[in-house]
Amino acid sequence: MKRSATGWLFAGPAVLAIAVFFFIPAAAALFLSLTDFDIYALADIRNLRFVGLRNYIELLQLPLFWLALGNTLYFVFVGVPLSLAASLGAAMLINSKLVRFKPLYRTIFFAPFVMTLVAAAVVWRYLLHTRYGMVNYGLQGIGLQPIDWLGDPAWAMPSIILFAIWKTFGYNMIIFLAGLQSIPEDLYEAARIDGASRWQQFRHVTLPGLTPVLLLTGVLTMAQYFQLFAEPYVMTQGGPAQRTVTVLYFMYEQGFKWWNLGSASAVAFVLFVFMFIFTVLQFAVARPPRGRA
Amino acid sequence: MSRQTETLLMNALIIVVALLTVFPLVWMLSVSFMTPGDAAVFPPPLWPKNATFENYVELFARGGMGRYVFNSFLISTCATLLALTFNVTAGYAFAKMRFFGRDAVFGILLGALIIPAQVGMMPLFLMLKSMGVINTYAGALVPWIASVFGIFLVRQFALSIPDEMIEAARVDGASEFRIFRSIVMPVLQPVLVTVALFTFLTSWNDFMWPLIVLTGEQNYTLPVALAALSREHVQDNEMMMAGAVVTTIPVLLLFLVLQRFYIQGMLSGSVKG
Repeated sequence: MKRSATGWLFAGPAVLAIAVFFFIPAAAALFLSLTDFDIYALADIRNLRFVGLRNYIELLQLPLFWLALGNTLYFVFVGVPLSLAASLGAAMLINSKLVRFKPLYRTIFFAPFVMTLVAAAVVWRYLLHTRYGMVNYGLQGIGLQPIDWLGDPAWAMPSIILFAIWKTFGYNMIIFLAGLQSIPEDLYEAARIDGASRWQQFRHVTLPGLTPVLLLTGVLTMAQYFQLFAEPYVMTQGGPAQRTVTVLYFMYEQGFKWWNLGSASAVAFVLFVFMFIFTVLQFAVARPPRGRA
Repeated sequence: MSRQTETLLMNALIIVVALLTVFPLVWMLSVSFMTPGDAAVFPPPLWPKNATFENYVELFARGGMGRYVFNSFLISTCATLLALTFNVTAGYAFAKMRFFGRDAVFGILLGALIIPAQVGMMPLFLMLKSMGVINTYAGALVPWIASVFGIFLVRQFALSIPDEMIEAARVDGASEFRIFRSIVMPVLQPVLVTVALFTFLTSWNDFMWPLIVLTGEQNYTLPVALAALSREHVQDNEMMMAGAVVTTIPVLLLFLVLQRFYIQGMLSGSVKG
């Protein structure tokens, strides 16, 4: 009994802090999403009314919300596979026995991840500048036409994806590197003796060996990519033609620009439901069906 | 393909990738020393013609940068101290102490990782508003008091402490606090560095919560201030690059010095977990 009390004395403060500042607000958000909390309620709570599912129904009828959802899914479904591929490529480069100065490259590839996101976005906005940007200079150097990266509705989201890959590939690279190093060298040896090509070795030894790591990084990266906010806030302000308004950007504007906190909470819950569904789906796809090994 | 050509190709490839990766950082630094207006030409200059500190002077003298640097350092330092206090005691308790509801509570905490932080932001804002801490450092610190990830990291590390060590001290009549201070803390030292580093870097780089809770300019952290400045000064590339340097150099340096702890913590948090 006494020991139980001491245990709670040690764990209690942290658990309490998480309960008060995370669990209770998250639960309250569900309630808030069922009310018409707006700027009038902010001024006087007596203006608050319970409206049932009205916020959700109104959201589903709002074209901008669908656009934000579409933009976010575009970012997630194009960005996550590309970013995992970039991470895996970088990890395999560093893991190669032929490459020297591995620790140096590892640090360089990881550096963008540690950089402050807002600062990196400011730098990239300049890199991607239509007239003075280094990227267009490079394009023209190899004989291509300059692109209006952040000003062309068709290019804005691809630009943000490119930036996000550069910013985050180092993180998963480190995890893949640990995964690659855990694959026994004997397996490659055996594959070579059986006459397997490079591609076959990658396909039948490397990829199966990395499956658990791929699932883990896939789930975590997707959760992170669903929360796209600062990049469009700094680089495009949601434009051009609202093509980079994401779900969180939309939520931020609803909640903290227009003070529709009820509606913003509904947006947050819809995002949560989407993230949850796609996480479960990833686990379902990665787990082989029963009956087959 | 001979082994020599292959070695050459692989090394050439990785050098190109590394140069592309590091280029935005180097260019940021280079442009930050250019005279205002010099970077807005085509082709873009690689190095400053006449290196100058003008942009930095301008930022600190008229842009209020000193204030933002102070805010960021203060908030991240306090966040780190809070996280150390709360997460380390809790992580140790979840690993080594027996108490009512321990495993159930830990399970619920882990389950919380699936809920994105933004879900609770609107009610949290209202809660802090009723407490009167909107636009204060305290409001900005709230999310950093304790974190599931921090508790988890410490717990994983504390599990490796032999029970006999703690039991022996108990038999000798040492109090639980004495055991924690004299036996557990020294063993946990590496993970303390990891938790401190993670908290400092993430709270420094955080954007959305300080943007919401710090409504007055005088309380802005560096990322919030830089985002606001960059919306005002769209054309002043040189000054914006200097702002980006000031914002990001402290955390980059911290990472370079302590990267061993960072990467260890990352791997124990995601691969083994």
